[in-house]
Amino acid sequence: MSDIKLVDLTKRFGELAAVSKANIEVAAGEVLCLLGPSGCGKTTTLRMIAGLESVTEGDVWIAGKRVNDLSPAQRNIAMVFQFYALYPSLTVAENLAYPLHAERLPPAEIKARVDRVARVLQLESVMDRIPGRLAEGEKQRVAVGRAIVRDPTCFLFDEPLSRLDVALRQQMRGQIKEVLSGLDKATVIVTHDQIEALTMADRIAVMRDGIVEQVDTPHGIFARPANLFVAGFIGTPQMNLLPARLIHYADGLGRFAVMGQELTVPVDPAVGRLNGTGAVTLGIRPRGFEPVAAEGADTLKAVIDIIEPMGAETLVHAVESGTDLRVVFDHLVPVAPGEPIRVRIRPGQLHVFDEKGTRVHSA
Amino acid sequence: MAQRRAIGHAGWGRTIAAAIVAAIYFLPVLIIIMYAFQGRNDILSISARSLGDYLESIFSFTPTLSNFENVFFRANIIQAGEGAAQATETDFPLYFLNSVGIAGISVILALVIGTLAAYGFARFPLRGNDTYMFIILTTRMLPPIVVTIPIFIMFQVTGLAGEYPGIIALYTAFNLAFTVWMMKSFFEELSPDVEDAARMDGSSETRVFFKICLPQVKAGMAATAVFGLILTWNELFFALLLTSNETRTIPPAMVRTLGGEVGADYGLLAAIVTLFLVPVLVVTFVLQNQLLRGVTFGTIKK
Repeated sequence: MSDIKLVDLTKRFGELAAVSKANIEVAAGEVLCLLGPSGCGKTTTLRMIAGLESVTEGDVWIAGKRVNDLSPAQRNIAMVFQFYALYPSLTVAENLAYPLHAERLPPAEIKARVDRVARVLQLESVMDRIPGRLAEGEKQRVAVGRAIVRDPTCFLFDEPLSRLDVALRQQMRGQIKEVLSGLDKATVIVTHDQIEALTMADRIAVMRDGIVEQVDTPHGIFARPANLFVAGFIGTPQMNLLPARLIHYADGLGRFAVMGQELTVPVDPAVGRLNGTGAVTLGIRPRGFEPVAAEGADTLKAVIDIIEPMGAETLVHAVESGTDLRVVFDHLVPVAPGEPIRVRIRPGQLHVFDEKGTRVHSA
Repeated sequence: MAQRRAIGHAGWGRTIAAAIVAAIYFLPVLIIIMYAFQGRNDILSISARSLGDYLESIFSFTPTLSNFENVFFRANIIQAGEGAAQATETDFPLYFLNSVGIAGISVILALVIGTLAAYGFARFPLRGNDTYMFIILTTRMLPPIVVTIPIFIMFQVTGLAGEYPGIIALYTAFNLAFTVWMMKSFFEELSPDVEDAARMDGSSETRVFFKICLPQVKAGMAATAVFGLILTWNELFFALLLTSNETRTIPPAMVRTLGGEVGADYGLLAAIVTLFLVPVLVVTFVLQNQLLRGVTFGTIKK
C-alpha cells in the first residue's frame, strides 16, 4: 500500500488560511491533479504532503502512517520541483545518483539504477554535464529521473511542465504519464493548466482560496461541475453562466426568464425544489448549442457581436438584453457580425445553479 | 541560459580611454616600484619642479638591487652605514611570515565562522534577524580610532597585546562582519527549492549544507577571502598598536623605515612595498576567475 490521505488538512499563515480542511485521498497507482488559480493553496498542500511546510491542523497519512511529524527525508517521497531544483554543482549522473546515497546502496547497484533511468529518459549523452549546460527539456527529464531513480512511497510534481514550450510540453506530458503508469504509486501533480490536469490525471481536485471545491474524474469535473467556480474554471472557451429566474418547474420541464426571453427546457427533477425561490444561474458550454432555423419555446436568440474563427470551429460572441452569449459553431455554419442567431441547448448540456452557486441535480 | 557576449568590441576610442585611466591608477604603484630599484643618490636627486621634470628624473637611474639586499640582510644594512640605524632592527623574513600567517589564519577563521553564521542568518532566520545583522554591521561603521583605547586596555588586561592570538582574534573579528554580510547575500541568491529537493532526497541538514549549498558559493567564498586578505594584509593602525617585535607585520615595519637619524630610507621602503605587493598580486591572479564570478554573482546567473 502506498497511498496518500489528507484529513481536514489546514494551513494558516497568521490570520490567512492558505488551506482549509482539505480532505483528499489518492490511491496507489492513481494520479491526482491539484488544479486551481494562483494562490489557491495547491502548492502549500503539496508542500505539506512533502513535509516542507508544517501542518497547522489535520493529518497527512502516507502508506497507512501518519507522517505529520516526520521530516521530508523520513517520508521517502520523490518530488519534482517547478524549477527542477537540480543540484547546480553536480553532473547529471551525480544528480540522478544523489537520492540513492541516503539509501546506502552499493556503488554497482547505484550505477545500474542511474543507467536504467538515463536510458528510459534518453539522458545518456548528457550524463557528464552540469545542469547549467542543459536544455530546458533535458533539465525536466533529469528532474523526473531523480524522482524515479529510487523507490519512494509516492510522487509529487509541482507545476512540472510550466517551463516548457508547447511542443515539448505535449511530449513530456505523455512521457510522464507513461513513466508513472508503470509504477504502483500514489502521485499528486500541482498545476494551474487545466489541459495538463485533464490529460494527466485520473482524478482532479479543484481548489480555490484554500478550499477544495470538487474532487472528481476529469470527465466528471467537466460534465458535472459542482458549483459556479468549477463550471467557469474548467473548459475553454469558458462556460456561459447566464443570470436567470426560474418561473416554474413542472414535469421535468423548467421555465426560465433569461436574456429577456422565456425558455422552456428539460431539466433535472431536483430543480423542482427551487420553485418559488427565483434567481438561478444557467450554465451552458459554448459547444452545448445547436443552430436552429425556427423560433421555439426551447430556443434562445441573440445578435452576433464578434466572430473568432478557430479553424474547425468558429467562436461567436453574441449579445441579447445586455447579456453575452458564447457559442461555438462548426466552421461550415455561416455567421456574420450584426446578424441574429437562434440556438437550442442540446440535451444534457444545461446546468442549473442555485442562488449559492451550487449545481442542482438529483443524486 | 546565460548569453556570452564577445569581448573586444568596445572600439578603439574607448579602449584607449580605458587604458589611460588604468595607467593613471597604476602610476603611483609603478613609481614606488621604480624607487625600489634606485640607489640613495638617484632617489635624492629626483626633482619635482614640474611633472615632465619629475617623470624624467624618476626614469633616469642606475638600476640596483641594494635596497632588496637591505631588506633581507642585516649585515649589508650595517655596512650601508648612514641612515640605517633603525633599519637594522627590521627582521623582514619574520615580519613577512607574520603578515602571511596572521592575515591567512584570521581570514580562514573568519571565513569558516562567517560562512556558517551567514547560512544560519540566510536560511534559519531568528526573531529579529535583521537587527542582529545590523549589529554585526555596526562593528565596522565606527572609525577604528574610536575604539582604540578600550581595545588597547582589553588587550593589556588579558595579556593578548603583542601576542599572535590577540592580533589574529582582532582581525578575525574585523573580517567576520563583512564575511557574514557577503556570504549571507550569496546564500540568499541560491534557490531554496534545491535545498528542499536535497531534503526530500534524504539528506541531513549537514549534507544539504556541505554537498549542495557550499559548492554553489565557492566563488563567493573566494571573493570574500580575497577582500579579507587585502584588508588584513594592509592593516596598519592596530598592527602598530598591538604587535610586538616578535609578532610585527610588514606595515608597521614599513613605518619604522621612515624615522631614522639621517631621514627616511625611501629606497628601503620602496623595496619592502614592492615585496609586500607580491603575495596580494599572486593570490588575486590565481583566484581571478573565481573573484570575477564572486563579485558578479547573481548578475550572470539566471
